[in-house]
Amino acid sequence: MEGWDPSTKSTLTQIPLLTIKAGPRDGAAWTQRLKEEYKALIAYTSMNKSKDNDWFRISAANPEGTRWKGKCWYVHNLLKYEFDLQFDIPVTYPATAPELELPELDGKTEKMYRGGKICLTVHFKPLWAKNCPRFGIAHALCLGLAPWLAAEIPVLVDSGMIKHKDDVATSSES
Amino acid sequence: MEVELKELLSDLHSLKKSISDPSHLALIEKMHLHAENIATLEKSGTIRRSKVKDMSAEVVDSNPYSRLMALQRMGIVNNYERIREFSVAIVGIGGVGSVAAEMLTRCGIGRLLLYDYDKVELANMNRLFFRPEQVGMTKTDAAVQTLSEINPDVVLESYTLNITTVEGFDTFMSSLTNKSFRPTKSGSGVDLVLSCVDNYEARMVVNQACNELNQTWMESGVSEDAVSGHIQLLIPGETACFACVPPLVVASGIDERTLKREGVCAASLPTTMGVVAGLLVQNTLKYLLKFGQVSRYLGYNALKDYFPTMEMKPNSQCSNAACLERQKEYILAKPTRDAAAKAKADIEAVSPAENPVHADNEWNISVVDDEEVDGSDVKNSGICVLPEGIVHELPVADDYPKAPVTETVGPADDLEELRRQLEALNAD
Ligand SMILES: [Zn+2]
Repeated sequence: MEGWDPSTKSTLTQIPLLTIKAGPRDGAAWTQRLKEEYKALIAYTSMNKSKDNDWFRISAANPEGTRWKGKCWYVHNLLKYEFDLQFDIPVTYPATAPELELPELDGKTEKMYRGGKICLTVHFKPLWAKNCPRFGIAHALCLGLAPWLAAEIPVLVDSGMIKHKDDVATSSES
Repeated sequence: MEVELKELLSDLHSLKKSISDPSHLALIEKMHLHAENIATLEKSGTIRRSKVKDMSAEVVDSNPYSRLMALQRMGIVNNYERIREFSVAIVGIGGVGSVAAEMLTRCGIGRLLLYDYDKVELANMNRLFFRPEQVGMTKTDAAVQTLSEINPDVVLESYTLNITTVEGFDTFMSSLTNKSFRPTKSGSGVDLVLSCVDNYEARMVVNQACNELNQTWMESGVSEDAVSGHIQLLIPGETACFACVPPLVVASGIDERTLKREGVCAASLPTTMGVVAGLLVQNTLKYLLKFGQVSRYLGYNALKDYFPTMEMKPNSQCSNAACLERQKEYILAKPTRDAAAKAKADIEAVSPAENPVHADNEWNISVVDDEEVDGSDVKNSGICVLPEGIVHELPVADDYPKAPVTETVGPADDLEELRRQLEALNAD
């Protein structure tokens, strides 16, 4: 696993791996896969909380579990920056990873495709392809979104592209 | 509008004559020029050519198809007019797809189905086709606007959706199977699907749809560093599908480690995209109108002007279930195929081709043969021998022991219970 920092690596190895190769169009097999997704997300969220490194909330936005919505946040200079997070499970999942979207940041950074889809590092897709179908939503968040926030949020804050919500509130009041 | 503009121009003219203060003259001249420009724009906006019922080969300046029909007279194409029967679906109306759509429109294609979910942005203006005044429109709507002006004979259908989502995919599939344009056509409702998307995920979705529908398609791509690209023909069951082998890219020859990726997702050049769109539509015309050789894979390295070619056989271990079904069908149909090939060869033996093909290599230009590239640099992927300069973009999935399917029904294996557990964690 070249190109990943040690803490991402160690976290990743603690998220349960999935076994069922099924996508949203695979009926009962998808339901089985969805159960594995939940187990991995539950384990990852619990682990983050126990390490005092809670950084996202995610829930299925429809009964089929093909659309997901939630929040993610990042602390920079002791201030917490929170963003809406959403993504669809693609029809070719898990051969292809979900494209994680932060719609509020659309157009604010070069490291983003249109529609607020985050631009992943050159290391992400090869690792995902190699580990199909063992990686799931939890792994995508750990390997894709967490490093992206760590790299981009400080830059966006320091360049003034995003403001802390308290600053926005005070400036609009004055 | 036209009358109003005429009035304005004549008023300005009389004002210019009657004016006593010469210092205002320059300003009036300027106003006059502006009014004239508007009049010209107005005129060009209203002139739209009417539809043409039959493609004529008559060489007159009012015939939009004369230079295309000349291909038939010269013996390059047997029956050019057949182009009006064909439907082509273009997925992704970006730097490659929009140009491909314009080329096919100018060629007089019968019907185009356009798919994209994006909007036109100023950041797209380094590419061809879209115009600054179209910023904010959906790419599909803007394309229909321009294409219908260029050639009103083409039937245009636009689909503003994301094919990778479950709903988008359903609409994509049903639009491809709709046969109302040519009810007698066998198979799906389109003759060819062109993938002009910019990411692996969407390509895998086009691959899924085409494998399920047994639909021939062509893949195209431009690298993120904008200096290489490729086109590829995919015939389900006969050639490798997009999932059979890890995706290939034409190596730019730049050392990846020296490539500065920080800060940007992708670069783009109108030249590389135009070249790839040209190669793609050229291959499309050859495939539809049955002339020349249809390329299976053609790469383009812009830095070295190197065009590698190759063929890829399907992978019997492909992870795509629909691909495996198509492979089985293809093998079963072998006797029929052989008989048809023999019958064709017999006919050709009796009556030699009317238009003799130019002797290959008339001028003794030495070309790199496919067979010549099996040197030391070749990496064998198992399915195909990769020519020099083509590399896999992604690895193959590792083998892993398949866990036995155990149906344990308990509180920990109930979907609702798991959902509740995650929500409980989310709540605090
Ligand atoms: Zn395949």
